[in-house]
Amino acid sequence: MDRPLIQLEDIKRTFHVGEITIPVLRGISLSIAAGDLVSLTGASGSGKTTLMNILGCLDRPTSGEYWLGGEETSRLSNDGRAMIRNRKIGFVFQSFNLLSRTSALEQVMMPLAYTASGMSHRDAVARAKELLTRVGLGSRMDHTPSQLSGGQQQRVAIARALVNRPPVLFADEPTGNLDSKTTVEVLAMLQQLNRDEGITIVIVTHDPNVSAHTRRNIRLRDGMIESDSVIEPIWAAASQGVGA
Amino acid sequence: MRITKTFSTAFRALRRNKTRSALTVLGIVIGIAAVIAMMEIGKGSASSIAKTIASMGANNLLVMPGTAASGGVSFGAGSVFTLTAEDCEAILKDCPSVATAAPIVRSRTQIIFQDRNWVPTFIYGTTPSYLEVREWTNLPEGEMFTEADVRSASRVCLVGQTIIKQVFDGRSPIGQELRIQSVSFRVIGVLAAKGANTFGMDQDDVVVAPWTTIKYRVSGSSGSGSGTGGSAAATSTSNSIFPGAASVLPTTTVIGLGDRPRPMRFANVDQLMVAARSGPEIKPAMAQITQLLRERHRIRPGEPEDFSIRDMTESASTLSSTTTMMTNLLLTVALISLIVGGVGIMNIMLVSVTERTKEIGLRMAVGARARDILAQFLVEATVLCLIGGIVGLLLGRGSALLVKKFLGWGVEASVEAIIASIFVSAAVGIVFGFYPAWKASRLDPIEALRYE
Repeated sequence: MDRPLIQLEDIKRTFHVGEITIPVLRGISLSIAAGDLVSLTGASGSGKTTLMNILGCLDRPTSGEYWLGGEETSRLSNDGRAMIRNRKIGFVFQSFNLLSRTSALEQVMMPLAYTASGMSHRDAVARAKELLTRVGLGSRMDHTPSQLSGGQQQRVAIARALVNRPPVLFADEPTGNLDSKTTVEVLAMLQQLNRDEGITIVIVTHDPNVSAHTRRNIRLRDGMIESDSVIEPIWAAASQGVGA
Repeated sequence: MRITKTFSTAFRALRRNKTRSALTVLGIVIGIAAVIAMMEIGKGSASSIAKTIASMGANNLLVMPGTAASGGVSFGAGSVFTLTAEDCEAILKDCPSVATAAPIVRSRTQIIFQDRNWVPTFIYGTTPSYLEVREWTNLPEGEMFTEADVRSASRVCLVGQTIIKQVFDGRSPIGQELRIQSVSFRVIGVLAAKGANTFGMDQDDVVVAPWTTIKYRVSGSSGSGSGTGGSAAATSTSNSIFPGAASVLPTTTVIGLGDRPRPMRFANVDQLMVAARSGPEIKPAMAQITQLLRERHRIRPGEPEDFSIRDMTESASTLSSTTTMMTNLLLTVALISLIVGGVGIMNIMLVSVTERTKEIGLRMAVGARARDILAQFLVEATVLCLIGGIVGLLLGRGSALLVKKFLGWGVEASVEAIIASIFVSAAVGIVFGFYPAWKASRLDPIEALRYE
């Protein structure tokens, strides 16, 4: 059976705080095709972060099935999910999460240390350099986070997320810490990656301006999907705007 | 994650926090440095104490001839002559626990220098080994006589400090002619001051000469040492004896000896002084000498020995207990300082894990498994401790050498301490680094990423 890249089937997640059981996700089913650019929105408390954690294989659903790249992941062990994260998933965080006092080059190479198929050091350096060049930081490879602007830091983080050539990239409020100008830059970069490399990107955001840059918007409310809509026109306009 | 990558990651993480890493290892550095310095100084002083006690004769054994008895009347120790210079050589050759040995012929008679005369407490005829046995080799002036002097019964002697004071008026006696019972001896060396022995006898009141000379030229009798015979009277002016005559001209008469169990051996000596290699080897040395002399003297099993061996058990046990106590004390201090250093490492590693929670979360998010995180922090702690151990080692060696240079204390490099401190510092890193590393590996990636 040919499954889409991401397929969720009746995903539920409940948290236990003492005696109280809190159902955060109450049965989510969705599929995302390879090459899509999706935004995940919702008010705070709607469960979008929890869903993101499950999608990113950081968390396990209480019930339901999660197929990622043809592999059912909801029953995997911690180590198994770590391997999935390493091979199939790239993360971009709101706060960049770069290692302090570490050069951009080393930041990008970091995930390769956990890759089972040991790449030689020279290949790893070459790959990291290539990615940094692609995100426009070819001249700043030796810079540490404190020597980079917010937008540059986020671009380092994007390069790091891509170093293992994952099919899917999850970005959690990737522009939350950026000003409007760099927000546009980073979004343009994500769009470009999606368009040119065919990388599937899921962006969690509460900012309608950000979701307007995606092709599809999934809106959560109280742990359920409230709406799932295509936003083609704005996407096209924005894309042309950046391209021009 | 491969081990080289783990190490390079750990090194990079430590480099990111140079100051803190340096401060963290300080505990280990000081601990190991203190251990090394103390072990070296301690070992140095232990061996100098050992040397001091040994110079008091702790390692010495005295082999005395046996007892003559006649009709139930014993003449006391040394009343027969059963020991020979050959026995001494055999002991040296065949007893592995024996460091050195010297035969001794004693005499007590008058010495004369110009218009002064004096009766030294000890006039010892012996071999050059005597000074080694007594740990007395540091002659302030002149030199010891040689084996050749012994063979040729040369008329040379060494004198102790008291003799210099009494007979030479404190002037250098080297080259002077000293007469021992009318035999003229040339003084070729001066013995260092040794003071009184444990029995209060002045050990510096001594003249040391080749045993052959004392025996054949001065005493002229093999019975001199026991003092039972009129040995002094038997001496002719021995100047006429040629070198090497010792083996050619046996003394034929022994005065004042009654019954003897067997014919007297040629060239007997009054006693043998033996030095064991070390305190603990005294007992084996005694056993080896006993066995050897029984064989040489053809004593059948069951028969009593015709000699007796005395040791200085009291000083020997002082020596070993002092050394043991010192070692134990140092080891305790070493252990405590290393535990303190290890707790310091654990403390900082815990702080580090908390501080780097976000980093841990990130590493987990990009695919680090729990065991990768565990390995990283464990390796970090171990590398820290190893660096601390090596720096401490150098610091400890350096300060020991400084102490040696400026305070003049005895210092001895301790290979065991060096190897042990490297292993111990690595072990401290693993033991005290494990809990923080385990804590780090148990973090939940979601929580860790959210940690502020």
